[in-house]
Amino acid sequence: MGKSKEVLRGAEIFIRALKDEGIKHLFGYPGGSVLHIYDALYKQDDVEHILVRHEQGATHAADAYARATGEPGVVLVTSGPGATNCVTGIATAYMDSIPLVVFTGQVPTHLIGNDAFQEVDAVGVTRPCVKHNFLVKNVEDLAATIKKAFYVATTGRPGPVVVDIPKDITADSCEYEYPKSVDMRSYKPVMKGHTGQMKRAVELIASAKRPMIYSGGGAILSNADKELTSFTRKLGFPITNTLMGLGAYPGTDKQFVGMLGMHGTYEANMAMHQCDVLIAIGARFDDRVTGDLEQFCPSAKIIHIDIDPSSISKNIPVDIPIVGDVKHVLRDLSALLDSRKDLPTAKDLEPWWDQIKEWRGIDCLKYDRESEIIKPQFVVEKLYELTKGDAYITSDVGQHQMWAAQYYKFDKPRRWINSGGLGTMGFGLPAAMGVKKAFPDETVACITGDASIVMCLQELSTCLQYGIPFTVINLNNRYMGMVRQWQEFFYESRYSHSYMEALPDFVKLAESYGHIGMRIEKSADVESALKEALNEKEKVVFIDFITDETENVYPMIAAGKGHHEMHLSPNRELA
Amino acid sequence: MRHILSLLMENETGALSRVAGLFSARAYNIESLTVAPTEDPTVSRMTLVTSGSDEVIEQITKHLNKLVDVIKVIDLNESRHIERELMLIKLQAKGKNREEIKRLVDIFRGRIIDVTENTYTIEMTGAGDKLDAFINALDEKDILEVVRSGISGIARGDKAIQ
Ligand SMILES: Cc1cc2nc3c(=O)[nH]c(=O)nc-3n(C[C@H](O)[C@H](O)[C@H](O)COP(=O)(O)OP(=O)(O)OC[C@H]3O[C@@H](n4cnc5c(N)ncnc54)[C@H](O)[C@@H]3O)c2cc1C
Ligand SMILES: Cc1ncc(C[n+]2csc(CCOP(=O)(O)OP(=O)(O)O)c2C)c(N)n1
Ligand SMILES: [Mg+2]
Repeated sequence: MGKSKEVLRGAEIFIRALKDEGIKHLFGYPGGSVLHIYDALYKQDDVEHILVRHEQGATHAADAYARATGEPGVVLVTSGPGATNCVTGIATAYMDSIPLVVFTGQVPTHLIGNDAFQEVDAVGVTRPCVKHNFLVKNVEDLAATIKKAFYVATTGRPGPVVVDIPKDITADSCEYEYPKSVDMRSYKPVMKGHTGQMKRAVELIASAKRPMIYSGGGAILSNADKELTSFTRKLGFPITNTLMGLGAYPGTDKQFVGMLGMHGTYEANMAMHQCDVLIAIGARFDDRVTGDLEQFCPSAKIIHIDIDPSSISKNIPVDIPIVGDVKHVLRDLSALLDSRKDLPTAKDLEPWWDQIKEWRGIDCLKYDRESEIIKPQFVVEKLYELTKGDAYITSDVGQHQMWAAQYYKFDKPRRWINSGGLGTMGFGLPAAMGVKKAFPDETVACITGDASIVMCLQELSTCLQYGIPFTVINLNNRYMGMVRQWQEFFYESRYSHSYMEALPDFVKLAESYGHIGMRIEKSADVESALKEALNEKEKVVFIDFITDETENVYPMIAAGKGHHEMHLSPNRELA
Repeated sequence: MRHILSLLMENETGALSRVAGLFSARAYNIESLTVAPTEDPTVSRMTLVTSGSDEVIEQITKHLNKLVDVIKVIDLNESRHIERELMLIKLQAKGKNREEIKRLVDIFRGRIIDVTENTYTIEMTGAGDKLDAFINALDEKDILEVVRSGISGIARGDKAIQ
């Protein structure tokens, strides 16, 4: 005979479930259908609610919170417009496989389908961009559904989950019990790799003359940075990371050849093109990475480790698929490798490394470091030096994002927070807010552009309210630089609607939000400005760097070209 | 190539739209789709006919498996199987035509299940091509209405999906 359970209202169950799930922060925005929940929030202090200024900001902040911590991000919004404002953020998390749980209020059950006030079919609208979603139909199901939502969001290939809660359910009561565990017959992620496939992989690895490791976001999502590093060091192979994988392997290590793909390094892309064995680890062969599929790694046999079978052989057929979690598989593979005596030795790999060193010698990321006009790359390099590579860097989308990825060397995972798959402008500022909320004592900087920053600028207000300080580094080129670059290359410099006319005075703008603004126009002032900003502990420092508007991102592989068909900077001889 | 996929899934509202949404979002085609609860009312069984290259079918199978509501996916083409479809067809049947239609129905082992002065309603099951053949054997102007269920499939022999 168990003692009788507590009877709670749905709104209280919601809060208790979050608490029992270990959730400390909730990013949200109130409205009619979640007012019972907001009332329950008012009466407790287990879960801290951060009031954003736009629901999109809540989703990005919670998403970045998840990227930085590895814990799920949580969002609470009202029905209708509250829910639809979340869609961009949910899709952003979906494309990058980020564990996010979004609770949307819904009109009362008896009004569903009536075109009721602020009714939108949130489950229907979000279905294509969630890992799973739920409509709660009974207060008795609420706690178990919340448990399932967190379980599905965080396990296997992570992703966003939406839970739609009609208002009446938050008023109804029932006995509260939070399930200890979840068992779903229809959802059982595989963690361990298939032994037979792993043995075949080891054979192939042993035979490699020009091996290459290509690792991605999956290595970070799996918290497998240590396993990846020891695996790579043990083998002595070169390694490249995708945009989403940066930091899973130390960016300053000599075996690291930089990012690959459209704006990857010369050495990484050439090594991809010429390798004979490719070990893909938690990466999904995205088109920004592969370029022309016909010309992708033409002489390589491919091993692919991924927890999601549908990532395997989706774009490129692979020779040895290993379905499983990166951490588990790398551990098991390493154990198998340890029992082999015939792995390629440093001497065997020497010709391959010599070739890579020759490619490295091209110094594809060289730019004019002496320029008086501020080069955007220079700002990122200075930031890197001043923060000793140890800051959390969030970014928006465009050229500045690529420069951040190229010039900030990430030695640790979860420090590089950006929207890779969806490429969502507006991500950077709320993301910095989410990261700083998670790690108040860490240095956080948002590298952004003059077009991106205004897309979620309103969150400066949230930062003021909650005292969330970080540095905004606006690489202001007066253009949608990435768009301008494509127009310069592929549309004979017809800059159609990519010039940012009538930009605001960012200094005054930051000040009007109660923060600190600076405008920096000369290279000589970059370092001191960054130093000053990084020392600020209370407010956001918004530095508007007036950068060279003609600068382009190099190297570049035009869409649909092969890895060996890179364009290097025409100005390389300048430096 | 045409494939018959058999799915077991949670009998939840929304499960069907997840499957349908997957096909439209990824530009796969659905030739037919049938779904109903099994002996266990919490589980639905769906038979889905689609077509595509081996690579496409492999991706479809993987994506279906990935849906959180889907318990199991079997490609019936991978082993010997039986497929059946139910057709209800209403025909104009007057005068000497009545006899002729009746004979044709017998040949195809259909059953006349409703009769009026001017019409016959016929029930027929079989593989899709048998139903096609029956329709082709009729005079087009006699056909008033055709209702087909879409394919249901099951593996031959001892094998059972659970
Ligand atoms: C302007 C712009 C330019 C870009 N240019 C480039 C570029 O030059 N180079 C580049 O690399 N990208 C670039 N991108 C990013 C690109 O669009 C993709 O987002 C990125 O390449 C995908 O990275 P990924 O392959 O690591 O996959 P992710 O999206 O990180 O996917 C992770 C993979 O790992 C798997 N996985 C997840 N968890 C686990 C686990 N626990 N165990 C095993 N597997 C797991 C998943 O199933 C998935 O297949 C650019 C984006 C933008 C916006
Ligand atoms: C929401 C959204 N709309 C449009 C785009 C397409 N887009 C990609 S980069 C870019 C320009 C970004 O300009 P800015 O923020 O100034 O960065 P820059 O490239 O100049 O560094 C645009 C419009 C996008 N990625 N996201
Ligand atoms: Mg710009």
